[in-house]
Amino acid sequence: MLTLENTLIRQGEFSLTADFSIQPGMRVAVIGPSGAGKSTLLNLLAGFLDPETGRVLNQGQDMTRAAPGERPLAMLFQDNNLFPHLTVAQNVGLGIRPDLRLDATQASRVEAALKRVGLEGYGPRKPAALSGGQQSRVALARVLVQDKPWVLLDEPFAALGPALKVEMLDLVAEVLDETGAGLLMVSHDPQDARRIAPHTVLVADGVAYAPTATRDLLDNPPPALRTYLG
Amino acid sequence: MAGRAVAVRRWPGIGAAALVAALVLGTLLAVALRAEAGRGLGPSDWAAIRFTLVQSVLSAAISVALAIPVARALSRRRFFGRRVLITLLGAPFILPVIVAVLGLLAVFGRSGILNEALRWLGLPEVQVYGLHGVVLAHVFFNLPLATRLILQGWQQVPAERFRLAAQLGFGPREMWRVIEAPMLLRVVPPAAAVIFAICLSSFAVALTLGGGPKATTVELAIYQAFRFDFDLGRAALLSCVQLVLVGIAALVALKLSGNESFGAGLDRAVRRWDSAGLGRISLDSAVIALAVLFLLLPMSLVVIDGVLGIAKMPAQVWKAAGVSVVVSLGSTALMLAFALPIAIAAAGKSSWLEAIGLFGIASSPLVIGTGLFIVIYPIADPFDFAFPVTALVNAIMALPFALRILVGPTRDVVQGYGRLSLSLGLTGRQWLRIVYLPRMRAPLGFACGLTAALSMGDLGVIALFADPETATLPLQMYRLMGSYRMEAASGAALLLLVLSFGLFWLFDRGGRGHADS
Repeated sequence: MLTLENTLIRQGEFSLTADFSIQPGMRVAVIGPSGAGKSTLLNLLAGFLDPETGRVLNQGQDMTRAAPGERPLAMLFQDNNLFPHLTVAQNVGLGIRPDLRLDATQASRVEAALKRVGLEGYGPRKPAALSGGQQSRVALARVLVQDKPWVLLDEPFAALGPALKVEMLDLVAEVLDETGAGLLMVSHDPQDARRIAPHTVLVADGVAYAPTATRDLLDNPPPALRTYLG
Repeated sequence: MAGRAVAVRRWPGIGAAALVAALVLGTLLAVALRAEAGRGLGPSDWAAIRFTLVQSVLSAAISVALAIPVARALSRRRFFGRRVLITLLGAPFILPVIVAVLGLLAVFGRSGILNEALRWLGLPEVQVYGLHGVVLAHVFFNLPLATRLILQGWQQVPAERFRLAAQLGFGPREMWRVIEAPMLLRVVPPAAAVIFAICLSSFAVALTLGGGPKATTVELAIYQAFRFDFDLGRAALLSCVQLVLVGIAALVALKLSGNESFGAGLDRAVRRWDSAGLGRISLDSAVIALAVLFLLLPMSLVVIDGVLGIAKMPAQVWKAAGVSVVVSLGSTALMLAFALPIAIAAAGKSSWLEAIGLFGIASSPLVIGTGLFIVIYPIADPFDFAFPVTALVNAIMALPFALRILVGPTRDVVQGYGRLSLSLGLTGRQWLRIVYLPRMRAPLGFACGLTAALSMGDLGVIALFADPETATLPLQMYRLMGSYRMEAASGAALLLLVLSFGLFWLFDRGGRGHADS
C-alpha cells in the first residue's frame, strides 16, 4: 500500500497537497488540467521531489527520504527512457543490475522480457535503430525485469500515434496482469483512464484527491474536471 | 524543498573548485606577501608596464583592423576550400608559440625570405626584433581569432535583412551605414578586448622577439628578475602588477563579450546582392589570398626547414620530446581531475563553480609559477619540481576552456538522463561508467586534445623552473635558437608541431570514434 500522509509540495507560487492511500495492485489514472501537478505527484512518489511537510509511506514504512532507486516502483518518463549509447539488452539489463554485470540467468531474463514484448533478437541493437513504438516496448521490457510492486507512467506514450498508444496501454495491462503490480498513470485522455484504470486520482486546484471509481468520476465530473473535459 | 537531479555527489566538484581557487589565490598570497612594496617600481619596471600596454593596444588594434576586410570577404564569398580555411583559422589556438615565432623568423628574420628579397632588390632590410616583431607575432596569432569573432557578427545578420536591403536598392554605402557599421560596433570592441587581454600576458613571444630595456613585457620582466637576478621580491612585486593588469583586462573582456558562443555556424555563406562587380570580387579575392599567405607561408617554411633539419637534431631533443609528452599527458589528467567534478557539480545550478575555472584566465602562468616557487622554496628544491609544476600550471590554464566545452554537454546528460538514472538506482561510479562518460566522449576528447596540445607547446613556467639539464621540447627548441643552431631548432619545431597537433587529433578523434548514438 502506497500512502501520502498530509504531504505538501511547494514550488514558488505552486503548491500541491495530497493525503490518501492506494491499495496494492490498484490501477489508477491521474487526470486533471495541465499545470495542476499530475507529474509533480508522480515525482513526489518516485522521490525526485521532497515534500515540505508530510510523509510518503510504503506498507506503513516511511520512505520520504529514500533515494529514487530504492523505492518499490518503476517509472517511465515522457521521453529519454532509454540510453542511446547502450544496446537494447543493456538498457533492459539496467533494470536488473545497474552495474550491468549480469550472470547467465539474468541475461536470459533480459532475453525473455524482450521476447515477451515482441522484440526477440533485438538485444544487440541500439535504440536509434528502432521505431518509436519499439523503443516503448524496450522500456516496458525493463519495467518487466525490474519487477517492482508499482509502475508509474508519466505519459511515456504521448508521442506515439493513437493506435500505437492503445496497443502500448494493452501491453502495459498484460504486463501488470502477469506481475500483479499496481499502476499510476498520468493521462490527458479520459479514454485511457476508462481503458485500463478502474480508479482515478483527480489533481486540481492544488489538491490531489483520493482515488475514486473512474466511471463515476467521468460520468459525473465535479466542476473543476468538467471545465477541463469541456 | 529540494529536487534531486544529479546522480553523483556534488562535494568532489566543490572540493576541486576550492583546490583550484586555493592554488591560484594561495600562490597570489605568497607572491603578495613576498613583494617588496616599499621599494616601489623602478624605471625599468615602468618601462615594462608601458611596453606591455603599448604592444597589447597595437596588437589588438591591428589584428581587428585587418580582420574586418578578411571577415567581410569570407562572409560574402563562396569558394572551394572555404570551410577548411575557416577551420584552419582555429588552429593557431593550439599552435605552439615558439614554432610560430620560428616560422615568422623564416619570413621576416634577418636571413628570412623577405630580407633576401629586399637585399636582392637593393632595398634596406627590415628588423624583426623589438616592438614590431612582438606585434607581428601577436597579429599572426590573433588575426585568425579576430576574423572568426567578426565573421560570426556578419553571419548573425539575418539573411532577410540583406534581402530587404537589396529590395530597397542599397548600395555599398547604405549597406555600410545601415547594416554593417552597427554590427561591427557591437562585435569589434569585445573582440579587441579579448585580444588585448591575451597579449597582456604574452611571455614566449616577448622572450623570443622582444627583450632588452625597450621591449620587455611585465611577464618577461618577472622571468628576468627571477632567472637573472634571483630577486624574488621584485618578481613578486611585478607579479602583483601583472595580476592587476590582466585581472582588469579579463573583467572588461568578459563584460563586453557577455555570453556569445564561439564558432557556431560559421560555414554558411550568406547570399548577398551588393557584392557583385569585378572590383569587389577582386578586392575580396586579394584580401583572402593575402591573409592565407600571411598565415600559411611561415608554417610552410617551418615544415620545409624542419624536414631538412630533422637529421641535425641532437639527442637532447628526443629526450625533451619524451618529457613533453609525459608532461602534456599529466597535464591532461590533472585537467580532467579538476574539470570533471566541477562540470558535474556545476550542471546542477551553481554556475559560480564555473566561474572558479575562469581564475585560470585572470591569472598568469608566470605569476602562479612564481608563487609556487616561493611556496616550495623553503621546503624543497623547486627545480626538482619543474615538470609536475609545469603540468599543474598548464592544467589550470586549460581549465577555463575545458569547462566551457564540458559544462553544457554535462548539463544535457544530467537534465536528459538524471531522473531515469536515479530511478534505476544508477549512481556514483556506476553512473559515471555507464551513463556519463560514454555520453561525454566527444566533448571529453575535444577538451583533452586542447589541453594536451596547449601543454605540449607551452613555453612559460618551465622556463622559470628548469635547470640546464632538464627541458621540455619548447624550451629545448628555444635553447637551440638561442645558440643559433637554427637547423636543429627547425627540426625540433617540426617535431613539436607534429606532436601538438598529433595529440590533439588523437584525443579529438578518439572522442568521436563511436558516434553511433
